Amino acid sequence: MSASPQALAGIGVVEFGSYAAGPHVGKMLANFGATVIHVESFARPDGFRMQYPPYKDRKPGINGGGCFAYFNDSKLGITLDLKNPQGVSLARKLCKWGDIVIENMRPGVIARLGLGFDALRTDHPGLIMLSTCNMGQTGPRADTPGFGSQLTALAGICGLTGERGGLPTLLYGPYIDFIASTLGAVAVLAALEQRRRTGAGAHIDISQYEAGLMFLAGPLLDYHLTGRIAERAGNDDPDAAPHGAYRCEGDGWIALSCWSDEEFEALAAAIGRPEWACDAPYATLADRKIAADKIDAGISAWTREREAAAAAEILQRAGVHAHPVNTMADLFTDPQLVARRHWHRRHHAVIGEHAYCGPAFLLSETPGEVTAAAPLLGADNDKVFREILGLSEPDYAAMREAGAFA
Amino acid sequence: MLEGILVLDCTGRLGWLAGRLLADMGAEVTKIESPGAEIHTSDWRALNINKRLTRLDLEEGAGQRELDRLAASADVLLATFTPGTREAAFFHHGRLCAINPRLIVVAITPFGLTGPKAGWIASDLEIMAASGAMSLAGEPEGTPLRVSAPQSHGWAGAQAAVGALTALAARSRTGRGQCVDVSAQAATLIALSHAPAFVDVDGTTPTRAGAFMTGRSVKGARFRVFWPCRDGFVNFILYGGVAGRRTNVQLAAWMRECGAPLGALAQIDFAKWDPTLATQGQVDLLETPIAAFFSSVTKRQFLEEAHRREMLGYPVSTVEDIATDPQLAARGFWQDVAAADKIERHCGCFAIVDGERPPLVSRNDAQVEAPRAAEVT
Repeated sequence: MSASPQALAGIGVVEFGSYAAGPHVGKMLANFGATVIHVESFARPDGFRMQYPPYKDRKPGINGGGCFAYFNDSKLGITLDLKNPQGVSLARKLCKWGDIVIENMRPGVIARLGLGFDALRTDHPGLIMLSTCNMGQTGPRADTPGFGSQLTALAGICGLTGERGGLPTLLYGPYIDFIASTLGAVAVLAALEQRRRTGAGAHIDISQYEAGLMFLAGPLLDYHLTGRIAERAGNDDPDAAPHGAYRCEGDGWIALSCWSDEEFEALAAAIGRPEWACDAPYATLADRKIAADKIDAGISAWTREREAAAAAEILQRAGVHAHPVNTMADLFTDPQLVARRHWHRRHHAVIGEHAYCGPAFLLSETPGEVTAAAPLLGADNDKVFREILGLSEPDYAAMREAGAFA
Repeated sequence: MLEGILVLDCTGRLGWLAGRLLADMGAEVTKIESPGAEIHTSDWRALNINKRLTRLDLEEGAGQRELDRLAASADVLLATFTPGTREAAFFHHGRLCAINPRLIVVAITPFGLTGPKAGWIASDLEIMAASGAMSLAGEPEGTPLRVSAPQSHGWAGAQAAVGALTALAARSRTGRGQCVDVSAQAATLIALSHAPAFVDVDGTTPTRAGAFMTGRSVKGARFRVFWPCRDGFVNFILYGGVAGRRTNVQLAAWMRECGAPLGALAQIDFAKWDPTLATQGQVDLLETPIAAFFSSVTKRQFLEEAHRREMLGYPVSTVEDIATDPQLAARGFWQDVAAADKIERHCGCFAIVDGERPPLVSRNDAQVEAPRAAEVT
């Protein structure tokens, strides 16, 4: 833990979210000190707990899921049955305590549960609510359910991945959900700043589809202006040559690129092909595009005799853009990520000690932190309902008796 | 919502989205560009809309003094540079906070300001490689791929906006700014979902799967993900589970209504079919009539019918499909902004706030001034 209070200390977040798009917002806020309460129920636990591997000992179990854990560290986990009137009344109390409510249900569902923005803000005018779903809260296809992996195709990103003339390509997992969660965090934090100054809350409607399009804003404007339709082009880039991935010794690969004639000369010298530098056939970008096959063969001959990390070191010293293609395993030993403490190992009661992902940015005065492993289902009911909401023991027992925590 | 927050945006391509997102939320963002910088590319224009353009030569003393003057009253300064260079010294948080202790300095670099690779140079390709994203895209035995439209800039810029606003929240309590040190490598790693957790929790290393989905059937069957259709491709997978069963049943019903041959689909009971136990032979028998049917439908037909029938699956859109999607039009996603000699149609604000999409503002203005190149204000 850091000595100074964290940036978002004192901010309360209630998350009626599951899978990726809601919970990842909460994780980002929790890593900077917000108190984030992840709401599930025993009848409907977060789908990431049981539907996606990896699992402890490869056996699906409600508390042994590595996928759920990855997005829910540093949070409190509670259960509330939102089909039970007592459960809903406690949920309303919780929302009144919170500064921010996050939900990623289908449009209209949270309102039907009695927890919509209009219902909640009657006794909480400063409430900030983030509603995030596939298509947004409105429009002719607002009610479309869907998976983020497939939405990534609708948003154009799969079509822009793959070899020229080949099939579109999948990106891993619900790629677009994480664009939406990051942009959702931006909107929620902007709303907090507004509330500090004016006291006003806000209801934020994020369409995961639209969020994803922000990452293609340039090609979309290009289409509107010129009619040009961007296409997948393998690893090519119009402004660089060479520009690609090359096989190295063993199973490794290296990505490298040259963005000027000088950089190509430096590459040529570094890989023992000084004759390329003064060879007319390779003098300009256009020349190098034409001769791409020959240049690629020359580079590959050099990289195949070296480990990717060693090759990247040599090329970077020569002033050439280069980096090994990290595998998932490499991410845990990459010297840069290790030096910046990107992974935080924490003890989880079922999974044991395992790694959580730290924030993508370091703050010099109020650093982020992974404060705890992900919660077991309902692990923090006592703490949240007794300590935070202040229920008396008899009231808490009566609620349990009524099935509010089922 | 960020009205009155002053942002100085001294970024290159890696950081443009950060200022755009803050501007979308209402901040007053001034984009600093050198006198000769190119501002006519679609990328520049799309990601610098909503900002005010000021030309300053930061190589010269006069330009540097002017930037320091602007920094004295700014809330946030966004910058991209290579650590260890003269530019890095100019944007050093310690130097700038002596001018304005409330200033939040957001440094957006490929690998962050510290660590053994802080001084390494990287374009989108190398950042995608370093983040692990390339190892997950492409054919299993083929070359690791990046997305052809650069993505790491988006990840870095979006995380920089989160960082700036997190530091702004801290400042409301401490009264002091701080340095936000954004690593594009770490930001892009978010794109991988939970893939790294496999290494840690069960000792396996996920890798690229190409255009098929594998690993779902214990018998080793692979399932098609991308299918040629009449005018491109659709993304559809034979899933199990409640939503998968509904999807499969609805697809068979749609095919029947169209008079398409059902083949093996005619006999199958999807309520009992379990993709995790399917053999490749069974999957091939089911996929053959589906492939024939999809080859006769258009992307838009698939989109509309899948929505009507609550089927999982989407067409593989091009930018043209996206530009003409009625859902986006109904939500007012596109915003027309007057530039000097034309109307530019931009992606609007990324969020709807209290039922309205905050309009993009032509701020006196990057967009209006931009076509008059090399103008110095």
